[in-house]
Amino acid sequence: MTRASPLDAPLWLKSSLILIVLAYIAVVILLPLAAVFSEAFASGLPAWIEAISEPDAQAAIKLTLLVAVIAVPLNCVFGVVASWAVAKHDFPGKALLVSLIDLPFSVSPVVSGLVYVLLFGAGGWLGPWLQEHDIQIIFALPGIVLATIFVTFPFVARELIPLMQSQGRDEEEAALSLGATGWQTFRKVTLPNIRWGLLYGVLLTNARAMGEFGAVSVVSGHIRGETNTMPLHIELLYNDYNLAAAFAVASLLAGLALVTLVLKTALEWRHGDAIASRGH
Amino acid sequence: MTFKRRSAIPGFGLTLGLTLLWLSLIVLIPLTALVLRAATGGWAHFIETAFSERAIAAYRVSFGTALIAAAVNAVFGLLVAFVLVRYRFPGQRLLSALVDLPFALPTAVAGIALTAIYADTGWVGKLLAPYGIRLAYEPQGIVIALIFIGLPFIVRTVEPVLADLGVEAEEAAATLGASRWRTFRSVVLPEILPALITGFALAFARGVGEYGSVIFIAGNMPFKSEIAPLLIVTSLEEFDYAGATGIAIVMLLASLAALLLINWVQHRERVRRGL
Repeated sequence: MTRASPLDAPLWLKSSLILIVLAYIAVVILLPLAAVFSEAFASGLPAWIEAISEPDAQAAIKLTLLVAVIAVPLNCVFGVVASWAVAKHDFPGKALLVSLIDLPFSVSPVVSGLVYVLLFGAGGWLGPWLQEHDIQIIFALPGIVLATIFVTFPFVARELIPLMQSQGRDEEEAALSLGATGWQTFRKVTLPNIRWGLLYGVLLTNARAMGEFGAVSVVSGHIRGETNTMPLHIELLYNDYNLAAAFAVASLLAGLALVTLVLKTALEWRHGDAIASRGH
Repeated sequence: MTFKRRSAIPGFGLTLGLTLLWLSLIVLIPLTALVLRAATGGWAHFIETAFSERAIAAYRVSFGTALIAAAVNAVFGLLVAFVLVRYRFPGQRLLSALVDLPFALPTAVAGIALTAIYADTGWVGKLLAPYGIRLAYEPQGIVIALIFIGLPFIVRTVEPVLADLGVEAEEAAATLGASRWRTFRSVVLPEILPALITGFALAFARGVGEYGSVIFIAGNMPFKSEIAPLLIVTSLEEFDYAGATGIAIVMLLASLAALLLINWVQHRERVRRGL
């Protein structure tokens, strides 16, 4: 704002409000972040390297990456498919469908894990059948992947639906009337329009997938070196009073969170118009 | 109802079919299984497990702490959003990016970090311990964790509405002699109230269900600092499926209520704005 306005706050008011906000963010947000890195490197770099390279930590890192590699693409495809159905077509019950897609956001992570235990666990409905056929879902990789897909279910769709709705259907209709097939239209017209929004959604999905704790904790069984993801491994080390190692692994996830924030902020700055339709 | 023009864009059947299939497999069938599971045990049994003394104490802790944390964030989150939208100062973009950290930082990491800070030997705990103030391993610790988790919900819901709000009405009010505080209260606040309520409900719903960041700092004493999600986990570990299911149903109903409130507030707002 360059012109003078009767709303221009006096300097004392403006600077005290800014100071309150800075102090609040420093205490609520920055302090925990600093604590992670300070505790992680408290015993020096060699201890940190040792903590993240011991076999159980390595197994946890690999499992976390594997789960993300399976869960993120699946939800990414689902998000695009769902957004295409919702944003490019009209049908009754659309609002209900969107609410249902959003539902996992409001379910407690623990409940998200519980529903799969009740379905596939030893005492669950499909438990006996699965046991007969020697298929293990709970306390194994499939359960962890399912729980992760559940908690990250809405991220991509929620990013893309408003974006694709605000972009309208004119461009697709033009391509189709010029003879393009549906698939060509999607690839050449829609996908370039939504790619930054899609990347944004994938970024958020990945951060949550790698960091999920509650849901995965319920279905994993906490088998050291086998079904422990990084967040679960952190809990295990912490409960063993191995704080230095717990914070060393935590610092990797905190690093991932920082990278996610940097990329997310970069996307918002450079492609703000291409990812957000929120202002409309 | 008038006839709507059918969309000329192909792929409707395929994409809607896949969406419904995936949604059913991952979300709807598992959630239905949970509800059926509770129903097969009978009403009396459900009441007995979902409203045992220990469960009621856990709801009180979960809902109470989530309410306090959401209220704290409603005040400070609104202030953060206001400062981010209205003022320009160095480091502003960094500040704005940092607000989203709780979305990106895994909850278990936040949990152990907060515990390290607020425990008696931690950076903040050490300062408070001589005065007999304990924050970690007490219900207050839960509030601290939920304040961290909930902040971005309020800021990110209020911020766009505040940014869209023109300054004309405020200028008019100020020109007519309204004080700064009065202008804020009678002109700005009514406009952003629906967004504030939505953000509050989102933060509250997330706080009630939160697990990872809370269990490290809570102390987890039954009847005192035991949250409802932890009681579900404990029941499961004791193979008490009925107990876990009963509590889960109550929590599911609470989140549905929050969701309905949000939809209702937003619907009313759309009607009010004539959209």
